[in-house]
Amino acid sequence: MIAPKDNFNDLDLLAERPEPRGYEIINKENSEGQELLEISLGPQHPSTHGVFRMDVVLDGETVIKLKPIFGYLHRNHEKIAEHTSYIGTMPYTDRLDYFCSMTNNWGYALAVEQLADIKVPERAEYIRVIMAELTRLINHTCLAGFLLNDLGAWGSPLLYAFREREKIIDLFESVSGARLMCNYFRFGGARCDLPDGWLRQANKIVDTFPKFLDEFEKLITGNEILRSRTENIGILSAELAVNASITGPMLRASGVDYDLRKAQPYGIYGRFDFRVPMGTVGDCYDRYYVRILEMRESLKILRKALKDIPDGPVCADVKIRSFKTRPGEAYSRIEGPKGELGFYVISDGSPSPYRYRVRPPSFINLTILEDMCLGHKLADAVVILGSIDIVLGEVDR
Amino acid sequence: MNFPGLGIIRGMAVTAENFLRSFSRADRLFTTEYPEERIALQENYRNFPFLVYDDAPENMRCVACKICEKECPPQCISIEEDRDEKGKVIRRPKVFDIDYSVCMGCQICVEVCPFDAIKMDHEYELSTDNRFDGLLFHRDELLKPADQYEKMHPTEGAIVNAKIREQIEKKKKAEAAKAAAAAQKPAPVAEK
Repeated sequence: MIAPKDNFNDLDLLAERPEPRGYEIINKENSEGQELLEISLGPQHPSTHGVFRMDVVLDGETVIKLKPIFGYLHRNHEKIAEHTSYIGTMPYTDRLDYFCSMTNNWGYALAVEQLADIKVPERAEYIRVIMAELTRLINHTCLAGFLLNDLGAWGSPLLYAFREREKIIDLFESVSGARLMCNYFRFGGARCDLPDGWLRQANKIVDTFPKFLDEFEKLITGNEILRSRTENIGILSAELAVNASITGPMLRASGVDYDLRKAQPYGIYGRFDFRVPMGTVGDCYDRYYVRILEMRESLKILRKALKDIPDGPVCADVKIRSFKTRPGEAYSRIEGPKGELGFYVISDGSPSPYRYRVRPPSFINLTILEDMCLGHKLADAVVILGSIDIVLGEVDR
Repeated sequence: MNFPGLGIIRGMAVTAENFLRSFSRADRLFTTEYPEERIALQENYRNFPFLVYDDAPENMRCVACKICEKECPPQCISIEEDRDEKGKVIRRPKVFDIDYSVCMGCQICVEVCPFDAIKMDHEYELSTDNRFDGLLFHRDELLKPADQYEKMHPTEGAIVNAKIREQIEKKKKAEAAKAAAAAQKPAPVAEK
């Protein structure tokens, strides 16, 4: 604590001021007496995926200390939700992880449906699965593109990925009206029915997607530079991953068989037959390749869902104005493309939630960054960060 | 992996293939040269809300019930109801402002509106150099005819407009019947 003083120009005041957090370095020299270098990477660094900062202490080029600093994109998401109606939060969930607005919508809708005991019609369940798996395709293609960007393959793999993403985003636009901020799911189903010819269009994309994946793998996966930059870099052991509550493709890359779609099937995932790809080493290459394999499994789910989708209503009879739930609490979790995405809602019976909390996968996956980066070069730290797959909109909320 | 460098050469072959095919196949050229050529908008496309009127701008569908103002998540709508000379409330907005710079295009106002008075627009070239109220749209700028709405959203618009027209017809008929009844009634009163 600083005692208040009369003269604010007093130099003693400056001397007493505590060091800002994140700047304490215990040893300023390495064991050979050479000076350490401390640099601040970000928040406007192009490879930090948004406004994220890492305070890195380097011995030569080797990372010996890393401190992630975030909060630059904080938008008060949870407090806003406690002041608007239940439906008013739905468009804000789009903005958590702006690559995967559909899965965010689903997670939130599930929590409120649990509270209000709403049964979702069959067709809506299928629509939800289709949208979620298309979102997974978008997210994983983009991740592969951005990871290559971080490696220095500036532009071209990313544009291959974005070309494919564009087609799926057009599908989202034709059903929900917006490309990224879809705001499509509602409590009890979806906002509107699929337009004519949508299923045919979706089928076409699902049929051509494996061709793109083969092309992309030919372009990238065998590339020696990629392999030498990612193999045995940033190894995350299964034990540490479980202890740090890492979820999603990152956990599976470390060889832990845990996928919420299998472990606790929500929606109608119990009806689909798919495998959970897993890595063996837990390095950056495994994290990249698990996602490529996951896309192929998603395509299996999509094919079956597009074939089986029944006719019927797309939304249960839920009133949209002055919507209230019973008092109580609910926690829903879904397997988002980045990991376990959870929504916790407490209701006191009023039109807005009493407490609302998001469990963002990329925030919790980010906490392990230092353990993975220690001992690697600075250029590898950027690759490791890229392989975690974070979106700052979700980390900071 | 047979010999080092094969993976890189394979990757470059993919790039070369894409480049060469772009001369012969349209699907390899993915970008649209925007200001010269435009992609046709999807029917469900939504951008910003506007107000619908039926035959004349005075007959707007909005009745200033303020539900959208209350439900709007970023609170970008502001409404004041109109009053006649005696100070009695008319079911019509005097002020209806939407701040497009705040609006996030979530379509919740459209969903909660019980009168189908507010719909989503297809206009997207709205940039302005006015930093203060260049994107604050007032009632008269927001009003657009029902035909234009039907042109934007053909499937949904046809159903909604048909329903509203039916309601207007019914109202007119009821009013005519009332007027006729009123014209008949005073006659015996006058006799007395």
